[in-house]
Amino acid sequence: MSTVVQVEGLTKTYDGGFEALKNVSLDIKEGEILALLGPNGAGKTTLISTICGITSPTSGRITVGGHDVEKNWRAARDLIGLVPQEINLEPFEFVGNTVRFSRGLFGKPRNDAFVDQVLSDLSLLDKRDARTSQLSGGMRRRVLIAKALAHEPRILFLDEPTAGVDVELRRDMWALVERLRADGVTIILTTHYIEEAEAIADRIGVINSGELLLVEEKDALMQRLGRKELTIELSQPIKEIPETLKEFNLTIGDANTLTYVYDATGERTGITRLLGALQEAGLTLADLQTHQSSLEEIFVGLVQEDAA
Amino acid sequence: MNWYGVAAIWRFEMARFFRSIIQSVVSPVLSTSLYFVVFGAAIGSRIPEIEGVSYGAFIVPGLIMLTVLQQSIQNAGFGIYFPKFIGTIFEVLSAPISSFEIVVGYVGAAAVKSMLIGLIILGTSFFFVDISIQHPFFMLAFLVLTAVSFALLGFILGIWARSFEQLNLVPLLVVTPLVFLGGSFYSISMLPEVWQTVSKFNPVLYLVSGFRWSFFGTSDVPIAMSLAAVLLFASACLSVVWWMFHTGYRLKS
Ligand SMILES: Nc1ncnc2c1ncn2[C@@H]1O[C@H](COP(=O)(O)OP(=O)(O)OP(=O)(O)O)[C@@H](O)[C@H]1O
Ligand SMILES: [Mg+2]
Repeated sequence: MSTVVQVEGLTKTYDGGFEALKNVSLDIKEGEILALLGPNGAGKTTLISTICGITSPTSGRITVGGHDVEKNWRAARDLIGLVPQEINLEPFEFVGNTVRFSRGLFGKPRNDAFVDQVLSDLSLLDKRDARTSQLSGGMRRRVLIAKALAHEPRILFLDEPTAGVDVELRRDMWALVERLRADGVTIILTTHYIEEAEAIADRIGVINSGELLLVEEKDALMQRLGRKELTIELSQPIKEIPETLKEFNLTIGDANTLTYVYDATGERTGITRLLGALQEAGLTLADLQTHQSSLEEIFVGLVQEDAA
Repeated sequence: MNWYGVAAIWRFEMARFFRSIIQSVVSPVLSTSLYFVVFGAAIGSRIPEIEGVSYGAFIVPGLIMLTVLQQSIQNAGFGIYFPKFIGTIFEVLSAPISSFEIVVGYVGAAAVKSMLIGLIILGTSFFFVDISIQHPFFMLAFLVLTAVSFALLGFILGIWARSFEQLNLVPLLVVTPLVFLGGSFYSISMLPEVWQTVSKFNPVLYLVSGFRWSFFGTSDVPIAMSLAAVLLFASACLSVVWWMFHTGYRLKS
């Protein structure tokens, strides 16, 4: 697959002196779905805005479809559709008009049939003649997507498309992303949710404090992120792991707890076998607890790995 | 050139005008009619002719200028300020459209709107006073130049303003006084010597004077100077707009 967006050594320092992006380099492949995962303030929106030309880079180079976004901005921007994080819409405008406006703004001749198709793909056709201020929040987000798709972009940026969106709409959104991918559109989305990245992305980039910590194939990453811990509380204190339990990945916690680390995404977790073995070893259980590393913990883990 | 983009902005802005047609047209026509009644009929009947023109007719060019100036600034200023305020400006900034094209769209629409209103007021004035236009071509040229250059000024203010108060401040504190003191309702030859000299520093004087010349063939300052002044003002505004886009001033972070 060829590279469609290339970011090289991108640094962004805002006017106040805050460094929101630190030497970020990233290749986005044509036709892929890339999820950018990161906590609040990580720099996801800044990265997207800089690629789209809304924010000027402090240093570094960005090309889109081989066109430098600063020198050859017109050709670069032709290819891009952007759905912003904030829902910003002209309140008095009609849905159909605002989508047509976006198409015109991006230099495309009027095509009402196409606009209707986009609206209908987003289940908005019946709202075409409604004012944007009369729509629900989820509908408005879809209008923003329709606006971004109105000029038939080859690359679509979705900045937290599913924030504050109900489960059903979230599934619709994922289905839409799938359809677009089938048409060969490259999709970059940002999210706070691992599950979301897992559900739709091909590759996942993790960004924290302005640094791109890693970009990896989803499957490889999910294995690393899918670690779960089972904490076993025993009725009696334990000093040593019995011989028969050595084959399990167990560690002794304080006094009477054992911790078992396993891969929750794997075919077999080994839990059943472990419980059997515990019984055979004559240990009685007081309590069981499972714990999945939260995004924050994973970030901390990644940052520490990064530093090491 | 991204003409579809220019047209999209232009049409969007014009739609706002027609959406609020009552506010856009009725209110300037009404206030101008009031000026005619008060200044033209009531007070004007006691004022002698100025340079061979009845007072009621004399104020017509000034009234049109007053409205065109205010409308140009207001329309262009609001046109760019509002998307900045509600955040929809991101779309324009991320589109394959140059700053020049953006200006053509917003400023063009604002200028057309204010010219339309100017012409409507001119039409209204025929109901009140007897006027003829000696140099229609110059009249239109002045109208276009004024509308465009003050729409540029409004555009600058719209980008500069961080609040609605700021957006209204300059027109209120600077432009309106300049218009009233720029000979809209009198000939500066009626002023004492000192104030005539001071008035020469008021750019609006050159506009009103030139515009009035196109109606009656008489003016406070030579017509060439009027033209030069408008062109100078327009190019100053253009330079500021160019600089704003070049540096991303208050548009990009
Ligand atoms: N215009 C600005 N001026 C100064 N600092 C800014 C500006 N925009 C963003 N920042 C700062 O840059 C950092 C990154 O912000 P950004 O919006 O890119 O984060 P994000 O990853 O999108 O976060 P979220 O998940 O909350 O949307 C934050 O610390 C933010 O405060
Ligand atoms: Mg963000």
